Amino acid sequence: MVRYFTRLRVRRIYKWGGRPYIFDRKLKNYGFEYLTMSVEGQEAVTTVTPGQYILIEGNDDDNPFVAKLLKFFSDESHKQKKALVQWFLRLSEVPQNKKLLLGRSPHPQEIFYYLGRACDDEINVESILGTVHVQHVPEDAPFPEPGTKDTLYVKLSWDTKAFNVLDPVLMQDTPASTLPKPALSLFPPRASPAVTPVSRGPVRCALPAPDPTVMRRAGSVSDTRATMSAGKMGTLEAESIHSASKLSASKILSAKRRGSAADTPGVRKKLQLSIGASPGKRMTRADVLCELLDEEVESEKGMSLKLSSSVSHSLQHGCSLSPMRSGCKTPNGQREFPWKLASISLDRLSPTALGEQDFSRATTPSRRKESAMAIREPALGVLAEEDSEDSPMQLIAMTPRSKRKSAQLVSLRIRKQLNLLDNTQELISDGDDESFVPYKKVLQSSSDEEKTESEEEAVVMKTRRRNCKTSAMTPRKTASKKKVLQSSSDEEKTESEEEAVVMKTRRRNCKTSAMTPRKMPSKKATPRHANPSTPRTPRHATPSIPSRTVPARQPGNILEEARARLHVSSVPESLPCREQEFQDIYNFVESKVMDGTGGCMYISGVPGTGKTATIHEVIRCLQHAADMDEIPTFRFIEINGMKMTDPHQAYVQILQKLTNQKVTADHAAALLEKRFSNPAPKKETTVLLVDELDLLWTRKQNVMYNLFDWPTRRHARLVVLTIANTMDLPERIMINRVASRLGLTRMSFQPYSFKQLQQIITSRLNKVKAFEEDAMQLVSRKVAALSGDARRCLDICRRATEICEHSASHPSSAGLVRMSHVMEALDEMFSSSYITAIRCASLQEQLFLRAVIAEFRRLGLEEAIFQQVFVQHQALSRVEGLQPISVSEGLAVCQRLGACRLLLLEASRLDVLQRVRLNVSQDDVLYALKAVRD
Amino acid sequence: MSKRKVKETHMPVGECISQVQMILRERFCHQRLPEKPVGMESQHKHLLELLRRTAVHGESNSVLIVGPRGSGKTMLLNCVLRELLEVKDVNKNVLPVHLNGLLQTDDRIALKEITRQLNLENVVGDKVFGSFAENLAFLLEALKKGDRSSSRPVLFILDEFDLFAHHKNQTLLYNLLDVSQSAQAPIAVIGLTCRLDVLELLEKRVKSRFSHRQIHLLSSLSFIQYLDNVRSQLSLPQDFPDTKFYDEWNDGIKTLCEDQPVVDVLQRHYNSSKDFRSLHLLLMLALSRVSASKPAIKPTDLLEASRVCMVDSKANILHGLSILELCLIIAMKHLNDIYEGEPFNFQMVHNEFKKFLQRKSRSIHNFDKPVVIKAFEHLQQLELIKSMDSSTAKIQKEFQLMKLMLNHSQIMEALQKYPQCPTDVKQWAMSAFG
Repeated sequence: MVRYFTRLRVRRIYKWGGRPYIFDRKLKNYGFEYLTMSVEGQEAVTTVTPGQYILIEGNDDDNPFVAKLLKFFSDESHKQKKALVQWFLRLSEVPQNKKLLLGRSPHPQEIFYYLGRACDDEINVESILGTVHVQHVPEDAPFPEPGTKDTLYVKLSWDTKAFNVLDPVLMQDTPASTLPKPALSLFPPRASPAVTPVSRGPVRCALPAPDPTVMRRAGSVSDTRATMSAGKMGTLEAESIHSASKLSASKILSAKRRGSAADTPGVRKKLQLSIGASPGKRMTRADVLCELLDEEVESEKGMSLKLSSSVSHSLQHGCSLSPMRSGCKTPNGQREFPWKLASISLDRLSPTALGEQDFSRATTPSRRKESAMAIREPALGVLAEEDSEDSPMQLIAMTPRSKRKSAQLVSLRIRKQLNLLDNTQELISDGDDESFVPYKKVLQSSSDEEKTESEEEAVVMKTRRRNCKTSAMTPRKTASKKKVLQSSSDEEKTESEEEAVVMKTRRRNCKTSAMTPRKMPSKKATPRHANPSTPRTPRHATPSIPSRTVPARQPGNILEEARARLHVSSVPESLPCREQEFQDIYNFVESKVMDGTGGCMYISGVPGTGKTATIHEVIRCLQHAADMDEIPTFRFIEINGMKMTDPHQAYVQILQKLTNQKVTADHAAALLEKRFSNPAPKKETTVLLVDELDLLWTRKQNVMYNLFDWPTRRHARLVVLTIANTMDLPERIMINRVASRLGLTRMSFQPYSFKQLQQIITSRLNKVKAFEEDAMQLVSRKVAALSGDARRCLDICRRATEICEHSASHPSSAGLVRMSHVMEALDEMFSSSYITAIRCASLQEQLFLRAVIAEFRRLGLEEAIFQQVFVQHQALSRVEGLQPISVSEGLAVCQRLGACRLLLLEASRLDVLQRVRLNVSQDDVLYALKAVRD
Repeated sequence: MSKRKVKETHMPVGECISQVQMILRERFCHQRLPEKPVGMESQHKHLLELLRRTAVHGESNSVLIVGPRGSGKTMLLNCVLRELLEVKDVNKNVLPVHLNGLLQTDDRIALKEITRQLNLENVVGDKVFGSFAENLAFLLEALKKGDRSSSRPVLFILDEFDLFAHHKNQTLLYNLLDVSQSAQAPIAVIGLTCRLDVLELLEKRVKSRFSHRQIHLLSSLSFIQYLDNVRSQLSLPQDFPDTKFYDEWNDGIKTLCEDQPVVDVLQRHYNSSKDFRSLHLLLMLALSRVSASKPAIKPTDLLEASRVCMVDSKANILHGLSILELCLIIAMKHLNDIYEGEPFNFQMVHNEFKKFLQRKSRSIHNFDKPVVIKAFEHLQQLELIKSMDSSTAKIQKEFQLMKLMLNHSQIMEALQKYPQCPTDVKQWAMSAFG
C-alpha cells in the first residue's frame, strides 16, 4: 500500500536530449539521442542513452525488469515518450515449470537474454527507473564470484522454450550489435560516438573528477552544517530509500555508494548549500555524475534481492570516485591488489564458518568494504594531513559501522543458510571487529564519508530491526558514536534518520515478507497483524485437509469401476457433444491471445450443460498449445461469483491470483485498474473466467463494469469469459453501459439431447461394460425430457449401479445394470414423496387432510381457517367413529402436517385463526387416501 | 454363580426401581441409541453403504434424509455413524462436521464452525481467525488441495438442512455441493430435514450439483408393531442385575399391554401420531409414577399419563378465570353465534353482558364499567381474545376489534368443570341466543 504512494511522491521528470531526427516518415516518429531524467525538486539529472542497460518499473519492486535500451522515439506531438528495448529476464520471470531446464542453480545476479516474441519491446520511458550494469559471461566461464550487487550477469538466452548459449555478438556494446532482433532492423545504425561507451566505468572516468579542494571544503563545511540540514536530511533520506527496495544489503550498499559520491539527495543539497558559488561548471558535471550514480543506486537496490554480489562493480565505483586522488584511472590495475587483501581478511574472519561454501559469498560485503578501504588507503594518504581534524572521528566512527554491517550481512546469511545459533553471530561479528582494528589508525576519509557513515548507521539499524536482532547492539553503536563524534548535532541527525528509517521499516515489513522468498522472522510480522479489532488469518497457515492414514481403496469390480467413472468429478478424456462450442470458444480466446488484445464473451446455459467444463477444456488445450509454443503464453484465472462472500471480493481474488498479494477490496480494485490501464512491459495475456456472473451484481454494477471495461483498454490484454445461467442476463440486470461493454459475443449452451447424454455416458464408461443399452437409453431419454442436465444423468446412472449391486445376492455376481434398476433409481429421484407421506401419515393427520378438503369444498376457496377446518374434523371423527380430539391435539396434527409441507400454514402464533392451505393438489390427497382405505 | 444370584435377588426394591428408572429414562430421553433402528432397514443399509464408500473409497456424495419430525432421522444417522466408526479403517480416517441450521443461522457462523471442527490451521485455540471472506477462501482452498485418494474424507452433517437453504445466495450449500461434485477432497454432504419440498428451496445451480439422493423415513408402522414397540420399550434388558425383579417387571409390562383400556389409550395415541417421540413422552409420564412403594406400571398410571398428554392447553386457563371473565367469554360466544365469527369490540360485549344482567341474572351483581374493562384486558393478556387491528394506539380501547380464540366446545367444557358455576350463567351459555 505504502509503496504506491511513495512512488507518486518521488516524481521523475523525463526530457529528451539531443536533436530529434525523423526515422520513420510514415508514422512521423522522431528518434532522440538521449534521455534525461530528474527527480522533481532536485537539479541533478541522469542521462540515459541507447545502448545502456536499464531497469524498468514492473510489478515487483524488488526485481524491476531489465532491458537494454535500443532507441528512443516519440510521435510527432512529442507527448508519448517511448523507447525500444531488448528484454532480459530474471530467473523469477521464467515460468515455474521451465526453471528446471536451466540444469544448475542460478546465480542470483543472473539474467537471460530474451529471444521470445510474446513481449512488447516498446515501452514508455516513464517506466524507466534507472540504469544498471550488465556483464556478459562466457558460457564456460564461472561467474565472477565476489561480485557487487549492482552488476547483472548474462550467460544464456531464453527463447520461451529453452536456455541457449548466448551469442556474444549480441551482447557486444558496439552500436552495430544493438540490433539483436530482426524486429528492430528498421532501427538506423547510428549512435553518436559520444554515447558509444556503454559500460559505466569509462563514462565515469571520462568525467573530470571534482576538484579535491572543493570536495574537501564541501566536506568540512558540511560537517559543521550538519545540524542545519539534519531534519531535512532525515526526511529526504527516508524518502529516497523509501522509493527504492527494502532490502537491507542493497540499501547499505547504495547508501554507502551514495555517501561516497556525496550523492544522496540530502548530501547533494548540502553540498549546494555549503558550496554555493563553487566552480559552477564542474559542480554540474559532478552533479551529473552524482545523478548517474544515484539513479544507478536506486535501481540497483531493487535488483539486489539476494545478498551475495560481486565485488567488481563497487571497485569501479571506488576508482571512479577517486580518480584525482588516486591518479590511477585504470580499474584493472587496482583490482588485483585489493582482491588479495580481501581474500586475506576473509581468511581471518571466517574461521567459524570455514568449509561452508556459501560463506564466501556471505561475507562479500565486508570484503568489498575492506577492499574499498584498501583502495582509499593509498589514494587518500595524500590528503591525510589536510583532513586531519576530521579524520579521527570518521575513522573510528566508520569502523564499528563497517563491522556491524558486515556482521549483519554475515549473520543474516548464516541464519538463512546454516541456521547457526545466535551466539555464533556474535562470535563472527567480534572476529570481524578485530580484523578491522588496524585500519583505524591508518584510514582517512573526507567528511562526506562521515555522512555515509551516519546514513549507514541508520540503514544498519534498520537491517537489524528487520532481522529482529536484539537491540543490544544499538546502544553500543550509539554510544560509540556519541563518544567518537562528540557532537550532538550529528547525534540528532542520526536519530532523525533512524526514526525515519525505522518507521519505514515497520511499514514495509509485511510487504517484504510477502514478496521475498526469504523467510521473515514471524515475530516481526505479528505486531502489524495482531490488530485487536479484526483478527486476521495467521499468515503462515496453509489451507489443507489432513491426509488419511489408510489410502483410499481402489474400485474392485466392474460396477465400482463404472461408478467411479460416472462420478461427475472424474475428468473425462474428452468432452463429447460440445465440439462446436469448444471450437468457438477456442477460436475466440486463441485469436485474442495471438493478437495480444482483449475481449469479453458471455456464455449462458442451464446448469449441467458443460459450460465450465468446456472452458476448462479450452484452456487446457490452449495451455498445451502455449507449451508447444504455438501461441504466446498466457495466464488463466478463474473466479466464481458463488465462491465469494460479496461481489467486491472479486477484485481481491483476481489480484491474489495474479500477483499473490492480499489486500482489501478497494485497494485491489485500484491496483487492478492500474495494472490493466497502464502499458506494463512484458505483459502476457490474462484469460479471466468469471463463473456465476449474476452473483457479481451490485446496485451500481461497478464490479461488472470494471470487468468488462478492462478488456477494452489498449494495454490490458485481458480476455474475460463470463458464465451465467440465463440467456438474457445482460438485458435483464445490466445497465446500458455495462451491457454495451460486454458486447455481443455470446454463446448459449443448449440442454443436452438424449443422444448426447447417451454419448456422454458411453464415453465416460469407455468400454467398461456395465450398462445394458436400453437402460442407458432410458436414463438419457428421461433426463433429456426433464432438464438435459448431464450431472443428473450421471447421478442416476451411479445410483442404478448401486441398486444393481444391492439387488444381486452376492456382490461379485452382479451383472449388468438393467432397465429395472434404472427404473428404480429414476423412481427414487423423480417421484414425488407427497403421496407416500400421506399414506404413511397417522389416522388423525389423514382425517385432518380430508377435513381441509371438505372445508375447501364448502367455502369454494383454496384456503380455510383452522377453526373452521377443526369443526369439519370433529364432524368427520364422529362419522368415522373416533373419539374427537381436543383443539390442542388438532393444532398439533396441523403443525405436523405443516412441518412436512403437506399443508402451508401461517405463523403459529395466530393459533386457531391461522389460515391453512394445501401444498399438494386435492386430487393427490384424495388418491392417496382412497388407496389407504382400499 | 448361584451365590451371586442369591445375592442379586436380595437387591432392595428401591435400588431396583432406581435402576429401572435410569435404564428407561436413557431410552426415552434419546440418550442412548437403540441397538438397531427399527423399521428402517433398507434406509439404514443405503446410508451406511453410501458413507462407507466415502470413507473407504473417497467417493464424494450428497444425500438428504427426509422424514417428518420424530421419525428417527438423527437416530438413523447416528446409528450409521456409530457403525461406520466401528470399522477399523474408517475410524481414524473420517472427519465428521456437525452443523445445525438452528445454530448456524448464517454462512459466516457456519464457516467458522466448520473451520473450528475441522481444526484447520487458522484455528488458534478455540477461535477462528479471519474475516468471512478469508474463512471461505481458506476453507475452499483447503478442500481444493485435497484429492480423492490421499485426503481424509469429511462428512458434513447438516441438521435442519432447509434452514441452510435460506442463507444468502446459498453460498455454503453451493460450495459444499460443488466440492462434492468435483475432484477435490472427498466429502459427503448429509442433510437432515422434515420438509418434503426441500429440493424446491434450492436454487437451480445448487440443485443441479446435488445428487438427488433422498432417503425418506416414512414409517408405515401398523398398530400391532406399535404395541410391540411399546412393550419392548418398557421391558428391561437381559443383563438387568436382579433377575427376580426383572421377571416381575417384564411380566407386569406384558399384562399391561394386553389390558383393554391401555390398548385403547395407545390406539388413540397411535391414531394421533405414529412417531416415537410422543410415545416416549407418554411412557415417561407413566414411568415417573413408579416408586419403591409401587414397583410396577399399572394401567391407571398410563391412563392418567394419557389424560395429561391429551389435555387441552386452554382448559386450565379457563378454570382460573373469574365469574365476570367467564361471563364476558359467554357474551363473546353469543356474539360469535349471532354475527358468524365477525370480530367484536368491548362495547358490544359489554352490552351483551348488561342485557344478561338485566334479563336473567339473579346471582350476579352489576359491575362498574372500569371493572369490566379490566376483566376484558385480562382476557386479552391471556390471549383468549386477540386484537384484529395491527395499530392499537389509534383506536380507543373500547372499540378495538377483537376475536375470540376459543372453540365453542372448549367453552362448554370449561363451564361444565368450573367449580360452583352459577346455574343462570350456565343456562345463559346453553341458550341459543343471548
